[in-house]
Amino acid sequence: MIPELGHFALILALILAGAQAFFGIAGAARGDARWQAVVRPAVAGQFVLVSTAIGALMYAFVNFDFSVLYVASNSNSALPTFYRVAALWGAHEGSLLLWAWILATWTLAVAILSRNLPTSFASRVMGVLGFVSFGFLLFTVATSNPFERLLPAPADGRDLNPVLQDPALAIHPPMLYMGYVGFSVAFAFACAAMLEGKLDQVWAKWTRPWTTMAWAFLSVGIALGSWWAYYELGWGGYWFWDPVENASFMPWLVGTALIHSLAATEKRGVFKSWTLLLAILAFSLSLLGTFLVRSGVLTSVHSFAADPTRGLFILGFLIIVIGGALALYAWRAPLLKSPAGFEGTAREAFLLYNNIFLVVAAAMVFVGTLAPLIADALKMTPLSVGSPYFDNLFPILMLPLGALVAVGLHAAWKRGQLGNSRKRILLGFAAALVFGLAIVFLGYGPGKPLTPIGVVLGIWIILSSLIDPVDRLRRRLTLPRAIIGMTIAHIGLGVCILAISTVESYTVERDAAIATGETLTMGRYAYRFDSIKEIEGPNYGGVRAEVTVLRDGVPITVLHPEQRHYWVQRSTLTEAGIASRWNMDMFVALSKEVGGGRWSVRAQLRPLIDWVWLAAGLMALGGVLATTDRRYRARATASEPALAQGSAAEAT
Amino acid sequence: MTPRRQRMFMVAAIVLGVGVAAWLGTRAFKSNLMLYYDPSDLAVQMPPAGERFRLGGMVEKGSLQKTSGTLDIQFLVTDYKHTVPVKFSGIVPDLFREGQGVVAHGRMQAGTFVADEILAKHDENYMPPEVAESLKNNPPPPNVPVPSASGGT
Repeated sequence: MIPELGHFALILALILAGAQAFFGIAGAARGDARWQAVVRPAVAGQFVLVSTAIGALMYAFVNFDFSVLYVASNSNSALPTFYRVAALWGAHEGSLLLWAWILATWTLAVAILSRNLPTSFASRVMGVLGFVSFGFLLFTVATSNPFERLLPAPADGRDLNPVLQDPALAIHPPMLYMGYVGFSVAFAFACAAMLEGKLDQVWAKWTRPWTTMAWAFLSVGIALGSWWAYYELGWGGYWFWDPVENASFMPWLVGTALIHSLAATEKRGVFKSWTLLLAILAFSLSLLGTFLVRSGVLTSVHSFAADPTRGLFILGFLIIVIGGALALYAWRAPLLKSPAGFEGTAREAFLLYNNIFLVVAAAMVFVGTLAPLIADALKMTPLSVGSPYFDNLFPILMLPLGALVAVGLHAAWKRGQLGNSRKRILLGFAAALVFGLAIVFLGYGPGKPLTPIGVVLGIWIILSSLIDPVDRLRRRLTLPRAIIGMTIAHIGLGVCILAISTVESYTVERDAAIATGETLTMGRYAYRFDSIKEIEGPNYGGVRAEVTVLRDGVPITVLHPEQRHYWVQRSTLTEAGIASRWNMDMFVALSKEVGGGRWSVRAQLRPLIDWVWLAAGLMALGGVLATTDRRYRARATASEPALAQGSAAEAT
Repeated sequence: MTPRRQRMFMVAAIVLGVGVAAWLGTRAFKSNLMLYYDPSDLAVQMPPAGERFRLGGMVEKGSLQKTSGTLDIQFLVTDYKHTVPVKFSGIVPDLFREGQGVVAHGRMQAGTFVADEILAKHDENYMPPEVAESLKNNPPPPNVPVPSASGGT
């Protein structure tokens, strides 16, 4: 009964989403106050209904209702409660429902926080969000109903894919979707601005906090995925340029460009149409990412053939949303003029370079990720793009960008004179050069050609980010949260470049077949394989090894890698044994028995690996802090007259 | 420099930069493109000597040989028409086993495919279509999740 209730709520939500889209967009176009008055109640109703639906599905999961096909396929009576909840988004249908629910939540937030925006604009924003929601709910109801019954009900479920039974991965999809869906708000703001035919600096001010928040969530989501891949299945790697990873990375790159372009639009009124285009692009890539990963398109386009309705629907939806937005853009963008000029070394220019590098990087990832799919669709020889493609190109784009960040942080708006900052920039660079080269050549050894460059650059960005805030503190000036946030996020970037350069150059890795009592030596460190014994968990059995790590012959820690066999899905999973220190991870993964009492193991020493995720955390924290800056909250009083002024100026 | 000339310089620099990026990208793309072969393709035509490519198929039942106490393994990859011997030294992914689909990266050496990487994909959903096809034609044992079974397709 409960699943049917959920299904019914979903259908009602679909109808309400349609009403929200229609009355929002048409109501604003006709200037009909009564029509527009329908929008907010529709948003609230939709939120309640989608919550009911997702609640019903969760109820089915928690209560082992295997008569629901989706539950039977992704859960099992031995699965712990936490993972039964997380299993909800473990596959296609539930992911779509989660997406729709997060969209309903974001829309509700927009409905509540947009009371001070002009009615027609707010209606259009919610109308566009309603349209997106309508598409997703229609797709869910028509082709991917998570409430489908399986009768007669099986005695037990097929269990959740064991690789997904992990805390980080349980919260990874919701975080990622918070980011993806968050970009839908920026997208809706962009569409609404185009429908209104005006875009001013106040618009950018409204859009910024939403976009930055979405970006912060996406950063956390990506980092969680990478962290999970590292300890759960990566055999020690943290980024594989896997299509699934790239699908989330592309919107992040474009989203990063967008938050910077929005800054220029807000402060100086420049890059208006470019900002709109980025908002459209960021959300389009989010949609693409969702569908690529969850629809099975990545397997091959053949899966379109396996279920033509789904494939066609996805394609149709993407074409309508992306094509529609781009058509609107082509029609309306020429109306937007960016009057203010700027010089080649002004802050605007640096933000422009930032955008170019990020968008080119996104394009590069796009080509590498989708080329195999396109070749497949055109029935050419199946091909794949190896990770060296990404490994070689990405640093070429990111290192110059890093240098531009370090310099550009000191550039002033409009004026091109770096004059009085020149000394600081050079001082920062000199300090970074000394520190960086000391770390590289005295600490670790030469490494790869790009290593010293990356390390110096990382430190330079960190120092450079700190100069301005420290200077402000010294002069007893206030330090708004926006600046604190920006500083922390840029420090995050510096830490990221520093960490990746180090990990990529100085990781020590050995694969070996080893018997108990033997020792594997890696420089000053040695892994001693002490024992191996059988273990049993709630829904798996397996073996666990005890590995003692010695430094200079002195035991410093014990690692417990496991090899698990999940009973229901009968699959084998490797749980790595990891000990984290502030400057390195000691990692060991246990694989199969290879005969003669020997086991194959992979042992690694990874310097600064945890700093990669720390960096992502810093970026996200910076984003959240910037979002909570006072001036975004003060918009209620400040923005109304400014808006009237802005639109008057725009109309002429 | 007048603002106008400066802007021209900026535009020129951007065009040049994007051009260089595109050129580097194309080069990297070409050199890292790996074509996919199955054993029947190899029977018809071998890829150029020394070229790295992807070999896909099923690990033939009963063909897996381990050299006891080392990481060296040998097995046959089959598409039920032709087979290719494969050598590998290292850790194989958890999903690797006899009678299962496999994708390996490597080069041909004297009639043997020497793999430098055996793919550890997240799950069967990401198997290349050719391997998934052969999975369909030869029903896998009940413990193997069929590609996109959870998607209800």
